[in-house]
Amino acid sequence: MSAGHHRFVSTDRRVREDRRFVAGKGRFVADIDLPNVKHVALVTCPHAAARIKNVDKRAASKMPGVHYVLEGAELAAATLPLMTGLDTPHVPRRPLAFEVARYSGEWVAAVVADTRAQAEDAAEEIVVDYEPLPFVLDAEQALEKGSVLVHEAHGSNVLLDKTFVWGDVEKDFAASPRRLSLRVKWGRSSTVPIETFGVIVTWDPWREMLDVYASIQMPRFADQIGAALKIPNTSVRVHYDVDVGGSYGVKRGIKHTVLCGYLSRRLGFPVRLIEDRLENMRGGDAHGPERLFDVEVAFDDSGIVRSMKMRALENLGAYAGRSPFQLGKPVTAIVGPYKIKSVQYRAIAVVTNKTTQDAVRGFGQGPTNLALERCMDEIANALGLDPLEVRRRNLIRHEEFPYLIPSGTTYDSGDYHTVIDKVLADTNYESLKAERDRLRGEGKLAGIGIAACLEPSGGNATFEALLNPKITTSTFMDSCRINVDGAGAITATMHTTSSGQGHETLVGTVIGEVLQIDPDSVRVARPDSLNSLPSGTPVGSRMAIMLGGAAFHAAEKLKAKLTAIGAHDLGIPIERAVYEHGSIHDRQSPSSKRSWDELVHIAHRNYHRMPQGFEPGLAVEHVYQVPTGGTLPTPDGRVHMYPCFAFEFHLLLLSIDPDLGRPEILRYRLGHDCGTQINPKIVRGMTIGGIAHGIGAALYEEFSYNDEGQLIAQSFMDYLLPSSHEVPPVEIIDHETPSPHTVFGQKGSGESGYLGAPAAVANAVNDAIRPLGISVNALPIRVSALGDLIAKAQAKGR
Amino acid sequence: MRVKLTVNGTQHALDVEPRTTLLDCLRDNLDLKGAHAGCEHGVCGACTVLFDGVAVRSCLMFAPQAEGTPITTIEGVTPGPGELSPVQDAFCETHGMQCGYCTPAMILVAHALLADNPNPTREDIVEAISGNLCRCTGYAQIVEAIALAAERMRGTNRPSERRK
Repeated sequence: MSAGHHRFVSTDRRVREDRRFVAGKGRFVADIDLPNVKHVALVTCPHAAARIKNVDKRAASKMPGVHYVLEGAELAAATLPLMTGLDTPHVPRRPLAFEVARYSGEWVAAVVADTRAQAEDAAEEIVVDYEPLPFVLDAEQALEKGSVLVHEAHGSNVLLDKTFVWGDVEKDFAASPRRLSLRVKWGRSSTVPIETFGVIVTWDPWREMLDVYASIQMPRFADQIGAALKIPNTSVRVHYDVDVGGSYGVKRGIKHTVLCGYLSRRLGFPVRLIEDRLENMRGGDAHGPERLFDVEVAFDDSGIVRSMKMRALENLGAYAGRSPFQLGKPVTAIVGPYKIKSVQYRAIAVVTNKTTQDAVRGFGQGPTNLALERCMDEIANALGLDPLEVRRRNLIRHEEFPYLIPSGTTYDSGDYHTVIDKVLADTNYESLKAERDRLRGEGKLAGIGIAACLEPSGGNATFEALLNPKITTSTFMDSCRINVDGAGAITATMHTTSSGQGHETLVGTVIGEVLQIDPDSVRVARPDSLNSLPSGTPVGSRMAIMLGGAAFHAAEKLKAKLTAIGAHDLGIPIERAVYEHGSIHDRQSPSSKRSWDELVHIAHRNYHRMPQGFEPGLAVEHVYQVPTGGTLPTPDGRVHMYPCFAFEFHLLLLSIDPDLGRPEILRYRLGHDCGTQINPKIVRGMTIGGIAHGIGAALYEEFSYNDEGQLIAQSFMDYLLPSSHEVPPVEIIDHETPSPHTVFGQKGSGESGYLGAPAAVANAVNDAIRPLGISVNALPIRVSALGDLIAKAQAKGR
Repeated sequence: MRVKLTVNGTQHALDVEPRTTLLDCLRDNLDLKGAHAGCEHGVCGACTVLFDGVAVRSCLMFAPQAEGTPITTIEGVTPGPGELSPVQDAFCETHGMQCGYCTPAMILVAHALLADNPNPTREDIVEAISGNLCRCTGYAQIVEAIALAAERMRGTNRPSERRK
């Protein structure tokens, strides 16, 4: 199907999920009342590292309403450690600390009581005897020989240290007349949804069934619960009809769920754990990457980059689930939108005594884009060239697609120069520079920020196999089932939760498009995990491609079956049968037709009129493998990963109050190309939301620690999310380069904006302060630090 | 303790612990789940309700403190089953949300704003919602929703919704 001929796809349609949300009738996990449910509160370790010598629960156990106090030892004996991505058996991760707690805030014990308040009261009465242990917070220190070990049995703090060389890096470096090196730091931030993580679990011993209601966005969630609790997956039923109040990657409360699952089985009643904000920020294991880059680029006098050496050091925190893989995904776009011929990439992940990480929007791509884009600006600065011109010279050209990058991924399509030209047609670059210079003339610091970035989309996660050779997964799928009932009504199913992406609208729109019927007439349901087909869940900007692809192919199968039934009943060859708006007619005699109702009647009631060998009814399903997927890494570490690559070009003007150091974004333009947009309202919302999130990561948000290893950003007073005042109006200029690999030419957009905004803001700040002879390469760029830096430079200048 | 609350025009007599927040009371005792807990320390605004027409944070108030003052929740501004207020409809028109968690609070803030100021500027709207955090949208489509609702409500020439 070609773009531009759609009735519903790419049109300005409402999002069907919105009706329930505006009425306050979403079904979030905390809204679910189960009879006789009991509440969990947690006892957390106050030290950065400590041996747990004794847990005295006598007083707590006698408190009103208290049913049970669970310690780590009991839980560890009864369950298996949680699943990890890397092969690190001596770094076990458990819901409650066992013998040693490894970060401040780690859960040590759980109290179950009639009410949450009673559980919290009792938690305060539990006396834990700790022996404080030495600890390490800094990734570089953790890497040093002789460092304190976070997990002694592992023998070092290094969970991953791999070097890849793609292309002839040394030769390209030797042949390049110029080099530049840069150290860039991405601060520890996360997605921090407004709804915390929550879970309700209830065990039925007579059916041997664990029912799970959770605010979850996680691949293989049911499998991981079953594995940890040592019960068959068929005894785990995850309910997907729970609305998730924001996730952007991190809603992965596997430890919460295993804890509650154990408690419900142990105690015989439903158990509920809804994080409060402190639990969410400190012990919820939902921090994001904290990454230090050392980048060296080799280029020529015209600014053409020939080669790059990148070392990325990730501070994982105390334990690892999938988080080290966030060093792997960026391999799929390691050169960004640029024609860099060769790359050396060293990925190192260390454990420290900080909170554990989980997946964050972009899965590591945002930090990598920051490092790349800071380099592009510094190259321009070194050569005295315009940073936009340097990018133009290095960008892959439209006619060069499909484009194979050194690490083995082939980019699908793009027209980067045109996107930039469209933005500049909207916002004259020279006028923007003039405005900057006028502000400078008024005594302000002002800068222009540029970033040109890719959003890998489609979620082919073969970085797992790249970083852990024991993993041989090359299958990444999603599914859709469509059933037309005996009355002719259509129900489609999707098989995961959603956290604001509008997947029900997506499925309805795609099926409506293919079947040429009103999308709103398609009921979209979410069965539980036992009734579901495979889904990879909404990760890796994949659902428009993957769920959209599955729904498309399922609808095509339904259309084919209707066509065959109609042709057979009309007594014509199938080639002559034309499907139109749900009915079938004879191409040679259009008045000879079978209506939707007649076709449904035949399928459901008149088996004698069905084509031979056909199944009765109108039920179809499609399990969709990720386009271009199905290969594993080569022995020399090359791998094709994501199928689609969306492009975003950020251009902004920022001023900084030189006395306060307070930055203000005056203009923000984004050129965005994610191929065909299935629902433009959804794409626009995600993109501006991503920019807001990126502005937060660039300027405000950090899970900072003091020297004692205490997390000092523990509330929304200290961890600052951008409000409506901090997010400027954003003008988006769309361009559409369809992907050749997807059913409508769509690419992903769930991470758009976020993947480039931090780099663009950092570049703008640096452009603003460059006249003072200073630069800043660590995010977040806090007002206080920037103010001090500027004051110091100005004092020196005087 | 015994508490008498007037919520969405109906009087309720309830037994609650004195320390019960208004938010917990609305959700747990009255089954009004549209007010959401986000931070429970008064920053995110997801728990917003109208307290005599003024947007307040129900997580920062104990239920007994709300005695004698009319409270409106999202359930109270929804005209009827399946029916939307002009503000709710405008949020659907612009897609002024994604996950929907902050949405009821944003709509209540919008109702409060438009009752006082039927013709708000962009700055007025930005200021009005600045105490409510949304992590999904970056606020643009929320601002557009409130501006659209204002425009439509002016067009219908209906009396102010402000509680007299």
